[in-house]
Amino acid sequence: MANVSESETIGAATTERYKYGFVTDIESDTAPKGLDESTVRFISAKKDEPDWLLQWRLKAFRQWLDKADEEPTWAKVNYPKIDYQDSYYYSAPKQQETLNSLDEVDPKLLETYNKLGIPLQEQMMLAGVAVDAVFDSVSVATTFKEELSKHGVIFCPISEAVQKHPELVKKYLGSVVPVADNFFATLNSAVFTDGSFVYVPEGVRCPMELSTYFRINAAQTGQFERTLIIADKGSYVSYLEGCTAPMRDEHQLHAAVVELIALDDAEIKYSTVQNWYPGDENGKGGIYNFVTKRGACRGRNSKISWTQVETGSAITWKYPSCILQGDNSVGEFYSIAITNNFQQADTGTKMIHMGKNTKSRIISKGISAGHAESTYRGLVKVMPGATGARNFTQCDSLLIGEKCGAHTVPYIEVRNKTAQVEHEATTSKISDDQLLYCRQRGLSAEDATTLIVNGFCRQVLQELPMEFAVEAQKLVGISLEGSVG
Amino acid sequence: MTVMLEIKDLHAAVNGKEVLKGINLTINAGEVHAVMGPNGSGKSTLSYVLAGRDGYDVTQGSVMYKGADLIALAPEIRAREGIFLAFQYPVEIPGVAGTTFLKTAYNAIRKHRGEKELDAMQFLKLIREKQKQLDMTDEMVRRAVNVGFSGGEKKRYEMLQMAMLEPALAILDETDSGLDIDALKTVADGINALRDPGRAMLMITHYQRLLDYVVPDFVHVLAGGKIVRSGDKSLALDLEKEGYAVLGTAAA
Repeated sequence: MANVSESETIGAATTERYKYGFVTDIESDTAPKGLDESTVRFISAKKDEPDWLLQWRLKAFRQWLDKADEEPTWAKVNYPKIDYQDSYYYSAPKQQETLNSLDEVDPKLLETYNKLGIPLQEQMMLAGVAVDAVFDSVSVATTFKEELSKHGVIFCPISEAVQKHPELVKKYLGSVVPVADNFFATLNSAVFTDGSFVYVPEGVRCPMELSTYFRINAAQTGQFERTLIIADKGSYVSYLEGCTAPMRDEHQLHAAVVELIALDDAEIKYSTVQNWYPGDENGKGGIYNFVTKRGACRGRNSKISWTQVETGSAITWKYPSCILQGDNSVGEFYSIAITNNFQQADTGTKMIHMGKNTKSRIISKGISAGHAESTYRGLVKVMPGATGARNFTQCDSLLIGEKCGAHTVPYIEVRNKTAQVEHEATTSKISDDQLLYCRQRGLSAEDATTLIVNGFCRQVLQELPMEFAVEAQKLVGISLEGSVG
Repeated sequence: MTVMLEIKDLHAAVNGKEVLKGINLTINAGEVHAVMGPNGSGKSTLSYVLAGRDGYDVTQGSVMYKGADLIALAPEIRAREGIFLAFQYPVEIPGVAGTTFLKTAYNAIRKHRGEKELDAMQFLKLIREKQKQLDMTDEMVRRAVNVGFSGGEKKRYEMLQMAMLEPALAILDETDSGLDIDALKTVADGINALRDPGRAMLMITHYQRLLDYVVPDFVHVLAGGKIVRSGDKSLALDLEKEGYAVLGTAAA
């Protein structure tokens, strides 16, 4: 799949014609540094987008300019001011420099792959080694595509959906995260490059986890990703984003937008494993991950469940949320956020109860080690019409060492007397007694820490798709390497 | 006869305060030794020093295990080399299933010995055999480690671990504390089942009660950080009658 989309995009980029009156040179593969209206037009033209989408982007861009002073500062994270004119916003997918064998790959990277138990062929793929003919990712992807289309499920790059299913994209894009939502979402709306599009038709239970080949694809994750998932009435889909394997990326700023829409009786399960470069042990470098993720439970009895394992990035700013509009709809948020060294994470969720008898459940597990700072920030809001709404929130923090921090910032706004809102929070440390107990049974201090942390995270790990949960457990251990004696 | 453990003139300090003040003790393979003594005599300190707990520092003397210096080894290496400590207060590890915990430990030890690690099925079969002897159910073994266990269940889980890990030297720290008579018998049966010519045991206890069920070859009395008397099992009975007070000034 990776190969297909890459070559297609390159093909498209080189053969497309100038269509809409703008001035940037279409033959160039990279937009000049900086961001102005011509950059937006350049991106749109590269993708041969219809005029409505170009206008949508331009509107977003103008709003973003108006928001110049609105870059959020309320999160408990510190970073130097970003110069948005000092970045590139579009470059055609580059042919990765291919290596001839795994022998040429950084041994440290291979060690991590092995610890995660990633199959050899996939290791090659991820590390950018030329893959031999035995592992034919194209045919694998084709098989998946056939299976999906048999059920009427649309799963393709959003740029492709714009061309092939414009009515769906037009109807739902920006309907959950409006263009003007927040600084980063507005920026994304103006300059998003690609992402995934999923549509599951009425009554269809998607026959596979939409992770199976996404992982192979994930190496191409863009800087401004845009994902749109629609589950029509009575349908079900489980989507997995990300990769446990550490991913190198030259872009420092990532500002993705993910929108989910669940209609009557539909269910969307969205799982994320994020392991982007967190910077070195002195806090140098690393990805800034400023993401807007939101799901609308638009229909009656609909359900959206977010599960995330956040171990990477220097800074994580992320609040996957649910708007519970339909009566009896359910929102869930299961989160593990691990921060080590100098990482900072400010993450949580928003549950907005609008419909009657809506329910939400929040389980957040924050682990801090080294000099890291981890914050849970969450909002539970019950609107006047949400009679019988219920929420349960549990926020647990685990500290490893003496120099890290954990913070819990819950906001609760209730405007309906019948609502029941519960909030529980704990903060604990891995005790010397626990470590000794494990080591006395033959476990190294690191293995003991991994075991204890995995136990702490169990409630969330068990929400992940089975095969991924196993990798995620190993990832927990790898993320905490060097955090104990 | 093979010497399993040889402690010579052992002095140890906890947070800078000397607690053990010159212990001499030799334990051969196949022997069961009981160390008794009043509160604060250094019994638990001895077990932690042997296990290698941080903050328990040997200031003088030596401990040889299977003919090699024990003190230089990290706690997990001691464990993999066959030293097992049944804790007086086993800790809870929330969210970690008892079977997962024990399988991780079991395979860490096997790996150290150059043996093949067991897969989940093989391990389950083995643990089922052992848990039956200790009157433990699948449900009990699968629960999170020590979470919500009664005192008796905790001690039985310690014994199950010992049975699975098959140590060369087992140190039982007040394994009888907090047990009612039925639980005491079950635990004692578990210990007796593991008596073996190749295995040494060091039982640390405050009361002689356990020694009615697990009869030791030798009994030592620890007081003021030193072994003040040694003898056979009759010494334990004498102590039971007369109390530790009979040790008088020696205990000070």
